[in-house]
Amino acid sequence: MSSALALANLVAGHAAGPDGHVRLAVDADTWTALAQGCAAGRHDLVSLWADGGVMHMALSDPERGLRAIVSLKTDAGRYPSVAACHPPALRLERAMRDLYGVQPVGLPDPRPWLDHGRWPGRQSEARYEFLPTEGEGLHQIAVGPVHAGIIEPGHFRFTANGETVVRLEQRLGYVHKGVEGLMAGAEVEQAARIVGRISGDSTVAYAWAYAGAVEAATGWTPPPRAVLLRGIMAELERLSQHINDVGAICNDASVITMNAHCALQREDLLTVADACFGHRLMMDRIVPGGVSADLTPEGIGRIRNLLVRFEETRAEIQRVYDSMPSLQDRTVTTGIVSPELVRQYAAGGFVGRASGRAVDVRKNFAYAPYDRVDFQLKTRTAGDVDARLLVRMDEITESLGILSQLLGRLAPGEIRADRPALAAGEGAALVEAFRGEVFVSVRLGADGRLARVHARDASWFQWPLLEAAIEGNIVADFPLCNKSFNCSYSGHDL
Amino acid sequence: MRSFLLDALRKGKATIKPPAPGTDALEEIARALGERARQRLGRSLAIREIDAGSCNGCELEIHAVNNPVYDVERFGLKFVASPRHADVLLVTGPVTWNMREALLRTYNATPEPKWVVALGDCATNCGVFAGSPAVVGPLADVLPVDLHVLGCPPPPIEIVKALLALMETQA
Repeated sequence: MSSALALANLVAGHAAGPDGHVRLAVDADTWTALAQGCAAGRHDLVSLWADGGVMHMALSDPERGLRAIVSLKTDAGRYPSVAACHPPALRLERAMRDLYGVQPVGLPDPRPWLDHGRWPGRQSEARYEFLPTEGEGLHQIAVGPVHAGIIEPGHFRFTANGETVVRLEQRLGYVHKGVEGLMAGAEVEQAARIVGRISGDSTVAYAWAYAGAVEAATGWTPPPRAVLLRGIMAELERLSQHINDVGAICNDASVITMNAHCALQREDLLTVADACFGHRLMMDRIVPGGVSADLTPEGIGRIRNLLVRFEETRAEIQRVYDSMPSLQDRTVTTGIVSPELVRQYAAGGFVGRASGRAVDVRKNFAYAPYDRVDFQLKTRTAGDVDARLLVRMDEITESLGILSQLLGRLAPGEIRADRPALAAGEGAALVEAFRGEVFVSVRLGADGRLARVHARDASWFQWPLLEAAIEGNIVADFPLCNKSFNCSYSGHDL
Repeated sequence: MRSFLLDALRKGKATIKPPAPGTDALEEIARALGERARQRLGRSLAIREIDAGSCNGCELEIHAVNNPVYDVERFGLKFVASPRHADVLLVTGPVTWNMREALLRTYNATPEPKWVVALGDCATNCGVFAGSPAVVGPLADVLPVDLHVLGCPPPPIEIVKALLALMETQA
């Protein structure tokens, strides 16, 4: 790692753009040195994507609040693989190779990822070879893509010795819908609807990250009221997902009453969201330039009342959880992720925070309105199912407090700014969704249409950790571990 | 748990009154269901959900119909883990090329008589994903569809109405 280059050294003396990112064209040596910097823990890999003949790599240093997008001109599609020295880049590189034909030289795993050999004109009968497992008494369990519950499709290949999982290998990509391809050449408004459907459970966060990226690229400034409303919707979304998953985890540990109570509280929230913003999941409510639905004084009252009911539920759920040894027997010491792995993968959200990684882009790269909101970044260190659940319970408390502050700051005003003349430009944004950061980068062409949109879900760096978390656990605890991560399939499959 | 019980006494039940079955759905499904099938199944339907390419928004609302507010099991509608136990396949998403085979295999594993419900705009017309080369097309391009439920995603009450229409035509 002697040639590792730190982001802090790279960007010294360079000014960041309006979106907080320093943009630099680099040569292949610098590219590789930065990849080695990721491996050496000098900075985090945020994303990696192809755009025409150029590879972009987004990097961040959350402690110093630094972000950069470095760009390398490929040699007819060939460029030095980042995964060759930093494994977290592997699936992104395999995906970009499948989608854009770029060739990462030195890629440690050349198997396709999103390309299952089914796309028209690219059909292939080649078998997908799972990684070999050797040893006495091992057997394999193949699960999916169609699972037993009402969940998204994906394939899990377990190798087990009796009940103990020796290896889990995931195969994803089943719900690949070509979203990045669909957005190339699209109008700004049209792409907003697509971005909002990359992962339905994080529709608010995606719409916000996209709007932020477009606004940075075009100099479009959303009005102050819209910024607050964005925060309100995002925290409502976070609450709805956190309470849902807390219930679902308890359900997988056979405490079904908890699930029913959490589901009722979620339903209560979605009904309020529908009454306030006209859509239960608040889809298409955050748009470039502002928001598309205003909050009436009556709506403010509804949300305030909801916060009281939500806190009552939270306190009761916490009390029951803390007082049930049979529940904790399943969650404590199950599915442990080490602090080293979350650091290496720069895993965001509660997956990272439950293993001690104190990063939340609402804090580290505080975007409005979070730059003026008082809340705590809560972490745990055990890294097990219990810690992930408790981090989410803590975050519910914080979100309730944030909502109260944001509602208190709402002043009358416009909710959407007029669209400026669109021209060529680039912008990127990081938004904290319930499961971790969503990164969106956009490039507009001279015609004001989108030339390239790239969206990276937090799940990209969480899915691989689930493989690590289940190792040495029993097969029957997989649903519990999986639910405690709740990674997005659609957000990952693109 | 004790306070859950006290709460229950104070607030009463959360479950809503059964809504009337959706009329559009009634017409569409009446065409699809034969008399013989109605006699055979009675007032009970086993549903297997398949995500054939959804953004997961529809899944969230399908989960919601199982919460205590909508509680579809009281109508004899039960979500099952295996297609071999299912009467109805409830399919979401535009069908992706990568899910096409799994969808067909699941359909083939479902015993006759069986019905297919396309849930949401994507399953009906591909929604915002129309035109993507990674998408085969709407569900009707891949499987015979008996009932469409529009919405992005359809709110749980609309899902309940559509499923009740399925029940109604069998009663």
